[in-house]
Amino acid sequence: MNAQAVHVDHDDHDHGPPNSGMRWITTTNHKDIGTLYLLFSLLMFFVGGLMALIIRAELFKPGLQLVNPDFFNQMTTMHALVMIFLAVMPAFVGLANWMIPIMIGAPDMALPRMNNWSFWILPFASVILISTLFVNGGAPAGGWTMYPPLVLQTGASFPMLIFAVHLLGISSIMGSINIIATIMNMRAPGMTYMKMPLFVWTWFITAYLLIATMPVLAGAVTMLLTDKYFGTSFFSAAGGGDPVMFQHIFWFFGHPEVYILILPAFGIVSQIIPTFARKPLFGYSSMVYATASIAFLSFIVWAHHMFTVGLAVEAELFFMFATMLIAVPTGVKVFNWVATMWKGSMTFETPMLFAIGFVVMFTIGGFSGVMLAMTPVDFQYHDTYFVVAHFHYVLVPGAVFAIMAAVYYWLPKWTGHMYNDKLGRIHFWISAVFVNILFFPQHFLGLAGMPRRIPDYSVQFADFNMISSIGAFGFGFSQLLFAYIVISTIRKGKQATDIVWEGAKGLEWTLSSPPPYHSFSVQPVIK
Amino acid sequence: MANTQHATTQHYYVPSSTIWPFIGSVGLALLVLGIIRMLNQQGGTILLFMGIATLIYMLYGWFGEVIRESESRTYTRWEDRSFRIGMSWFIFSEVMFFAAFFGALFYARHLSVPWLGGAGEEANTHEWLWNSFSAVWPTNGPANVGGSFEAMPAWGLPTLNTIILLTSGVTVTWAHHSLKIGNRQNLIYGLAMTVALGFLFVGLQMIEYSHAYHEMNLTLKSGIYGSTFYLLTGFHGMHVTLGAIMLTVILVRSMKGHFTASNHFGFEAAAWYWHFVDVVWLILFVFVYWL
Repeated sequence: MNAQAVHVDHDDHDHGPPNSGMRWITTTNHKDIGTLYLLFSLLMFFVGGLMALIIRAELFKPGLQLVNPDFFNQMTTMHALVMIFLAVMPAFVGLANWMIPIMIGAPDMALPRMNNWSFWILPFASVILISTLFVNGGAPAGGWTMYPPLVLQTGASFPMLIFAVHLLGISSIMGSINIIATIMNMRAPGMTYMKMPLFVWTWFITAYLLIATMPVLAGAVTMLLTDKYFGTSFFSAAGGGDPVMFQHIFWFFGHPEVYILILPAFGIVSQIIPTFARKPLFGYSSMVYATASIAFLSFIVWAHHMFTVGLAVEAELFFMFATMLIAVPTGVKVFNWVATMWKGSMTFETPMLFAIGFVVMFTIGGFSGVMLAMTPVDFQYHDTYFVVAHFHYVLVPGAVFAIMAAVYYWLPKWTGHMYNDKLGRIHFWISAVFVNILFFPQHFLGLAGMPRRIPDYSVQFADFNMISSIGAFGFGFSQLLFAYIVISTIRKGKQATDIVWEGAKGLEWTLSSPPPYHSFSVQPVIK
Repeated sequence: MANTQHATTQHYYVPSSTIWPFIGSVGLALLVLGIIRMLNQQGGTILLFMGIATLIYMLYGWFGEVIRESESRTYTRWEDRSFRIGMSWFIFSEVMFFAAFFGALFYARHLSVPWLGGAGEEANTHEWLWNSFSAVWPTNGPANVGGSFEAMPAWGLPTLNTIILLTSGVTVTWAHHSLKIGNRQNLIYGLAMTVALGFLFVGLQMIEYSHAYHEMNLTLKSGIYGSTFYLLTGFHGMHVTLGAIMLTVILVRSMKGHFTASNHFGFEAAAWYWHFVDVVWLILFVFVYWL
């Protein structure tokens, strides 16, 4: 685990980036492509965030005031699709691109041309997806889960949705194949699997989840397409099919997808906490096994999203217990992070604050997940704001906080500039406060019975909704500070040292800040 | 802890820059925009063909570059291993794509159709909507969607197609063996036979579809049977076509003198893909045609 090597002299054919306007279009460099992914993700984070603010503005008061219900539904659908496929996933892939080669001592990704293709499909797919807002009939409004028969009523944007999903799937599959080939084939001599940094391990496992499930999503949306345009009966009972079958196929993809959105976050937090606790990660190998167990379990729990569709009792029992089982490896992780901090010489720079915020608030989301896992309890919670609160806790102060932690942790390495840590800490605290104002009241709303994906609500829900909307605007505008910090650090700042953080361990810190355009052209030896 | 020694002076080949992936993205975007416009009945044919042309141009240029690099011995065993890993996991992703459609088939045959016929505890659909429906496979559902049809029997063209694909698996292995012992003549014969058998398979499949549409009233609209039948066999047929095109490229390269007994990953990748479509067909033959 203590992958350390001294600063290896970089060989002299270390060219800088080409000075051409085509650099970003034709690049095969993992750092360039990582940067493209991360900047794209940042942009989409604000696009998706704007949609969320439209939702919260409408829900500020009971009654319909700002948007019509159909547009509201378009916003809930598009907010989810944009945040999942265009913001969070590309951010993790961008981090993988930047960090995996320099964490394992590789000269680049294993398949550099395909790496470029994985990225450049994304802008085209996102233009197709987002432009649905402007076509006849508006954007898809049946929810990101695309359940038939409702989704089949979508207008001209329907095939755009389907093909955008196809393109995003192609991009993800190529990205994952590249990550797997890189990790299997490009590790520095001596970097055995059980010495790999945890971020590399979690991405390795995530990449398998992606290749196993994105094609299944492609199959599911293809069936939707043929049902709508070519008269097939996959999801029509009249023809012998079943609309519930879509839900099974979709969630066979969808549940592993949930872990695709969180496993790399686990990896990031497992890198950051040891640095600022100045102790090696507690239970490294148990972390690896726990990640693998979570990934395995993710394939056999999908129907917990469908407890209320009328499953057989045996199925409900099986999926309930299998789901609860996930709490075991997840608990192992949380306890390991806490044990890493135990008696550590801790300091609380921005990345550490985000990492600790992750551990605390992700765990809140984890607990509400265990509540939802209980079938009879889920009968009450299903499709309420409790579910919304649950998955936003794991995705916003979970996945998104981990991405921000990663950016604050590695930004000085990427840019060679140190940001203003005080501003970073302010960003953390206002984000952490507002995110709780935003999502915590939604638990109460859900328990009281407020349904999700509805633009209007009964007056007894008014107070908590108003609080939640205030939190939403506070959280949303706080992120402008994040964008400011990132952009100003890219442009200028105090020169960062190579190691950046006092307690940092790992190959990436042996490189200069910023690292040379081609690093580890000669691989270091890991002992 | 720290070590200053260099383990290897070996360099991994990292191409400097490339325009092909971007052209590929433009091609994919044009292609799907064409299909989108066609489905929305707003034309789109021109966009579709522009997309296809761009993709063909991209494949020609990209693979051309890789082939030139391969023939000039740019790649060592190290890069070769990346290609092997990449191709293996690509094929795995294809397996998962077919798994979705096989999943739909098994779900329909073992769950949704029996439920519509009254099986299970909560068979209200049967009782209230379609109480005369009896669950037998093949079916186009309780509403007789698409009208009465005949199911495709296994023992005719499909059996012949099974024999053809299995034989092509043998011929491609023979070609591989010939390549390994340096017999280029037999390599070319073996590949040519494989390609011919592949396209013969696709041709027979088209005849089968035509027969199904015109004489058996078995169409995409024939309920869940027609849906699963055509999507499974159709996607398989598309993959056979793709595999046959890949092998054609390999055949042309073999005739040009590419590949050596020890360095021929391009051949192997196409052969792996071919075995993959072969195995999918066997599963298809058993569960779609036979049982």
